[in-house]
Amino acid sequence: MSLIVPTMAEMMAKGESPEYLFWVGCSGSFDYRAKKITKALVKILNECKVSFAVLGTEESCTGDPAKRAGNEFTFQMQAMMNIQVLDGYEVKKIVTACPHCLNTLKNEYPELGGTYEVIHHTQLIQELINQGKLTLKDGGTFKGKKITFHDPCYLGRANNIFEAPRNLIQKLDSELVEMKNCKSKGLCCGAGGAQMFKEAEKGNKEINVERTEDALETKADIIATGCPFCNTMMTDGVKLAEKESSVEVLDVAELIAQAADL
Amino acid sequence: MLSTILFLILLIGGIGFFGWNVMKMRSNINLGRGINRTDNRKERWKTMTLVALGQKKMFSRPIPALLHLAIYAAFVITQIELIEIFIDGIVGSHRMFRESLGGFYTFIISFIEILSVLALIATFAFLSRRNLIKVPRLNMKEMNGWPKMDGNMILFMELILVTCIFTMNGADEMMHIAETGQSYGFTISSFIGPLFFDGLSIDTLHVIERIGWWGHIIMVFTFLNYLPYSKHFHILLAFPNTWYSNLEAKGKFTNMESVTNEVKLMMDPNADPYAAPPEGADVTPQRFGAKDVTDLTWKNLMDSYTCTECGRCTSSCPANITGKLLSPRKIMMATRDRLVEVGDNKRKNGADFEDGKSLLFDYISEEEIWACTSCNACVEECPINIDPLSIIIDLRRYLVMEESKMPTEIAGMTTNIENNGAPWQFSPSDRLNWANED
Repeated sequence: MSLIVPTMAEMMAKGESPEYLFWVGCSGSFDYRAKKITKALVKILNECKVSFAVLGTEESCTGDPAKRAGNEFTFQMQAMMNIQVLDGYEVKKIVTACPHCLNTLKNEYPELGGTYEVIHHTQLIQELINQGKLTLKDGGTFKGKKITFHDPCYLGRANNIFEAPRNLIQKLDSELVEMKNCKSKGLCCGAGGAQMFKEAEKGNKEINVERTEDALETKADIIATGCPFCNTMMTDGVKLAEKESSVEVLDVAELIAQAADL
Repeated sequence: MLSTILFLILLIGGIGFFGWNVMKMRSNINLGRGINRTDNRKERWKTMTLVALGQKKMFSRPIPALLHLAIYAAFVITQIELIEIFIDGIVGSHRMFRESLGGFYTFIISFIEILSVLALIATFAFLSRRNLIKVPRLNMKEMNGWPKMDGNMILFMELILVTCIFTMNGADEMMHIAETGQSYGFTISSFIGPLFFDGLSIDTLHVIERIGWWGHIIMVFTFLNYLPYSKHFHILLAFPNTWYSNLEAKGKFTNMESVTNEVKLMMDPNADPYAAPPEGADVTPQRFGAKDVTDLTWKNLMDSYTCTECGRCTSSCPANITGKLLSPRKIMMATRDRLVEVGDNKRKNGADFEDGKSLLFDYISEEEIWACTSCNACVEECPINIDPLSIIIDLRRYLVMEESKMPTEIAGMTTNIENNGAPWQFSPSDRLNWANED
């Protein structure tokens, strides 16, 4: 099944305006692993006939890593350019699969003149299921499996979104097991604050290894997360622990897309 | 009469010196940059009530929370008895309120005594957590030396305070029995009295009671005046500090308006870059980010005075857990130490005095601030809403925007964002390729 991915430019040419702008983000656009998450989400959006579009080549980095790294100039340049594009298309609602993009768009753009309703993809998927637009197959792929959810810092602590991803996991025919540090006490994967793009400082352990150990301790078959950076860090952690044959790292959107047989 | 004069000297001296130190702290805090934290007052009162008064965030770790609650409750309730002690001290009366309050007086003093016993148990527990069990977060390297001693001193002072209260009440109980044949009926001292002070003469009892009374009040003033030199000032600053909490989403970093103006100028084709600043505008350029404490906000500085070095932040910091140099608690301790130094310098040598040192480099290293993942765990953990992260970010801002000092990968990442609109070297024209890939 090929994906239907309209761009804002195409929509506008047809005189239409979608309900949601899907903000794909740099990871979701370029990273080999994260692109799969992007596609899983698009499958869900297509299945539910959600009216959405992407910016495509008009999208640019939100500036999040620059801001976290202390470079306010680069951040604000990016933000102002993005706001011009978003306002040009009269965007009102944004959905994104990246908590870093979500945080920046939702919390940091308003003071620069860009105010939008920004939601995480897990929130939208939950809404679709609640509205009956998406049905999951009973006793499907995840029957009897243990799933643990790693809270992305910029989704959980930063924006208080703890329940939407968990509600989705609980809709699967599986068991949600929590790590010893979860929700507001969740441990970072190690990628935030622009760490994703640099070597860690000298220490005695990598943060993603520490967090992966927390996850493996739950004996979960699947480590679910809701952030492309966390996904990378946890996937690396599982590989280092040589558990990749028994433990999968998946985004909540991928779990739902599989459970809905998309 | 003599005792009244002595008491008044103690009272005025004790409160005066404390007030003088508090004014010093206040002027130090005001060295910080402005930030508006007076909006949404309803929410602020609510936050203060829950977090400071109600100790809501303490209870994520129940054992220290209960022990802390015992000392906190005893401390707060004892203030009622202190009112009577003050009046007795000034007027020269003895248990001024007992006659008029009757049974209620017995209840209040008994309640204070029970809480004092709980506080005593908690104090021993805290001493053993620090010195015998050696709870890791209380024994990290930034605690070596003065901070460790400070923590113990506070606990020893509490021991002396409680001991004085029971010496006073116990001896008084025996005197009362000797004089009237009746017990005061206070829950704890009606046991302690006969246990320790049985068979002593009235005169001896009187001396012991006075030792307890004076010991207690001297300890109260000593404690009060020790506070400004100690990490223990949180007992007072916890309240304003939580009132002035950041009420925004934790992920939201402050917007730098000075940068916004520059960026707007760059993006506005009609802007005149050589235009003179508007009349009356502040033309002294502000430093980007923070190099020293005076570049931080007054709330950051208040945070540093409020920190009681419990180390919950550090024990939940992913960088610290994995052995990196960063410790959010140390960030707060360094900020406070430097603030005291800068404040003292300015008072001694004039407001423009520079000692050639700075918070960044001399107190906090680049390695520490680059280890932060901005995960907000430290902010979440702090029982009194201290925000070490905003200091770390302001220090990064200074390094990056004023000195262009950053890890090379960060420089590369920023260049990529500026050139290709992504932190990696991908062409912007490939951004939608995923839609047509298998």
